[in-house]
Amino acid sequence: MAITVTMADYRTAEKSWWCPGCGDFGVLSALQKTLVDLQRLPHEVAIIAGIGCSGKIGNYINCYNIHTTHGRTLPVATGIKLANRDLTVIAAGGDGDGYAIGMGHFMHALRRNVDMTYLVMDNHVYGLTKGQVSPTSDAGFITSSTPQGNLEKPVRPLELALASGVGFVAQGFSGWVPQLIEILKAAIEYRGFALVNVISPCVTYNKVNTYDYYREALTKVEDIPGYDEKDRLGALKTVMEREGLVTGILYREEGPALEDLLPGFREEPIVSQDLRFRQEDLKALLEEHR
Amino acid sequence: MLNEFAWMVGGQQGEGIESSGDILATVLARQGYHVYGYRVFSSRIKGGHTSYRVRASTRPVRTPNEDIHLLVAFDQETIDIEGPQVVPGGVIAADSHFKPQLPPGLSANLLDIPLTELAKESGNPLARNVVAMGATAYVLSLRLEPFHDLIRDRWGRKGEEVVAQNIQALESGYRFAEENLKGLRFEVEAGDGRSRPALLGNYLMSIGAMAAGCRVMAAYPITPASDIMEYLVRKLPQYGGVVLQMEDEIAAITTCIGAGFAGARAMTATAGPGFSLMQEALGLAATAEIPLVIVDVQRAGPSTGMPTKVEQSDLMQMIYGTHGESPRIVLAPSTMEDAFYIMFDAFNLADEYQCPVIVASDLMLGVSLQTVEDEALDLSQVEWRRGHVAGEEELAAVKAGNFERYSVTASGISPRSLPGVPKGQYLATGVEHAPTGKVTENPQNRVAQMDKRARKLSSLKGGGTRYYGAEDPELLLLSFGSTFGAVEEAREALEALGKKVGHLVLRRLWPLPADELQPYLDKAEKVLVVELNSTGQLRHLVQMHMGYQEKLHSALKYNGLPFYPREIQLRAEEVMG
Repeated sequence: MAITVTMADYRTAEKSWWCPGCGDFGVLSALQKTLVDLQRLPHEVAIIAGIGCSGKIGNYINCYNIHTTHGRTLPVATGIKLANRDLTVIAAGGDGDGYAIGMGHFMHALRRNVDMTYLVMDNHVYGLTKGQVSPTSDAGFITSSTPQGNLEKPVRPLELALASGVGFVAQGFSGWVPQLIEILKAAIEYRGFALVNVISPCVTYNKVNTYDYYREALTKVEDIPGYDEKDRLGALKTVMEREGLVTGILYREEGPALEDLLPGFREEPIVSQDLRFRQEDLKALLEEHR
Repeated sequence: MLNEFAWMVGGQQGEGIESSGDILATVLARQGYHVYGYRVFSSRIKGGHTSYRVRASTRPVRTPNEDIHLLVAFDQETIDIEGPQVVPGGVIAADSHFKPQLPPGLSANLLDIPLTELAKESGNPLARNVVAMGATAYVLSLRLEPFHDLIRDRWGRKGEEVVAQNIQALESGYRFAEENLKGLRFEVEAGDGRSRPALLGNYLMSIGAMAAGCRVMAAYPITPASDIMEYLVRKLPQYGGVVLQMEDEIAAITTCIGAGFAGARAMTATAGPGFSLMQEALGLAATAEIPLVIVDVQRAGPSTGMPTKVEQSDLMQMIYGTHGESPRIVLAPSTMEDAFYIMFDAFNLADEYQCPVIVASDLMLGVSLQTVEDEALDLSQVEWRRGHVAGEEELAAVKAGNFERYSVTASGISPRSLPGVPKGQYLATGVEHAPTGKVTENPQNRVAQMDKRARKLSSLKGGGTRYYGAEDPELLLLSFGSTFGAVEEAREALEALGKKVGHLVLRRLWPLPADELQPYLDKAEKVLVVELNSTGQLRHLVQMHMGYQEKLHSALKYNGLPFYPREIQLRAEEVMG
């Protein structure tokens, strides 16, 4: 008889540290529901979380969790997936974690294309350090570190991802959980690197980019006539024209993941292989240096 | 008759210096000589003076020395810079092409040899280094057949004509030297006829890692550690493993942390600057208790320093680097054989103690070419120990989400579960955590977890030192890493003079094996700590943890060159008074 996974399997007894109304609650429940819908067993899922409010997600979801140093979710997730390719690997963090301190890893993970989902909870502000400007903050946004308003242009993660050549780019909104679940299902089932940027409002430090603001401003791609998720240029044009205010699967293209290209990379996960070495192998290696 | 000799070739980088040295070292190793090949290079691709020194002996050699019997010069700069090291009666074979001049004061014999012309005559203008090999064979009384064999091995697939050209080049060099030196040559004792593999320490360390079960390697290119990544990327896939060149060293170490968390044996290799970038992640691995191996092939620092020059100045960074206080193990191989075996210790200890293990190599050990005895690398002497990994049976009784990955045990070591195994789910984190991994700032828990992690290493005993020499030494030489050979030769030279000298090699730098050191430090009248840095880091470490301030003296070198045996001997004599 098949084991049935339920929401209870993915819950923990941990009391949340998030503020009431935080967008991350919507992301957490969407992720739990996605894993239940996909019937993934909790012990076969690894969630790699960064530093910041969003990085606490690992405390609230029962699976194998690792909470990394600030900005390093993607290389950690890369190591986990290479070591055990049978795991469902999900990296999760905030806009500061991914697009400021972790930006270097973000760009390289996009082009490296290891099979994983990267879930970014984007609230346009630093929450845990109490309200400084973030890399996705709007121009002019007033914070404790930009008292005269943000002078820098925001990072545009969707455009960067589309330009990188990665095969799955999506954006969700934590206020629209049913759509987010569909996006996350597709991302997890996608073979390769899947970026899911989730607009996840901060109710404490961002009084501009609120739920109400987004409900008004966002458009679902399914409501855009003729939108084609296979058209990279079209996706780029839509995202740029609409200032990034679109949700849904923006671009999806099937292709090999890095694991499919690595020479000698076996179906059997590295962690299950016998790691002992034979004297004959050692002898053959030394022979090359004689 | 010489039972050992040294040869050097010098010229501009990119002129085939390395291949010349490599050919001679291989021929000598095949004939049963023990060989040490040492390349001096600079951080550029073409141009700049470079040299390759080959020391060969009928006895094991583990270090370069300062004497040269034959210097092959492809330019005048080589004669000017390296000439003074040529022994009285030695030969400088210099290409007539640049009209070589012996500077005043040099007593060497100049063989003005048309290397370039003879190469052209052979039909292969690039074979200048092969002509030089012919002259080398004459001056060092080496048989030509082994050179023929090597030429066939190297160029056979390019066809008979190329082989014939190279053999002609070789023989013309030999004949020219014979006709012009007229018997002015060294008689050299024959090798024992046992062919030995000759390879870089970086390669042997890579082989050791692979044999020890490393299956994930992530790194970022850096001199002098890149050989390790480059070797493993070619070999590891054959054994099911994977190597990734990452975007920086932070990504390299955190990829390894991910792989270690998942249960693979993972390693990164770097040098000082890269290791500095890894410091924050080192604390994560220690706190989340994730096994990890880092090889630091040390080079001259600080900052960019001298990337192609040796130093042992990362010692304190390896032991104390990263913010806060966290356990780690630091091991130091001092010989080629140990560069292989120490990788087993590194991976076993990382798994057993669930913490980072740093292997302190250095440029001399990493990029020098040395012969090894085949039978010295024996897999029947090693173990693959994975530590306390909780399997399905052990986890069966766990209530979902309550596995105590960080349970406070008497040994400090807690059971580790691996992703994919039911009921073992937990949160691995660098945030202070309860036994389940859940975040907490509870004061009692904080102390319990800090103490637990620190306690782990208290059971690590034995195997931290190796001792050579007199039972009751007047002077104890204390060393670690690549200085081993030079210190041993100095000790032997002092012994030959009737001095009682001992040599204690630290194989484990951290935790400092104080219990093993103490009897030797007690017994010795004076201790000379030999290290390639300017502040005496090892001496300070010993003094800080054990005292003995009055006995401790330093032999320091930090000009980028390795220690030569004579320098250590002189310093030792000075200290002994």
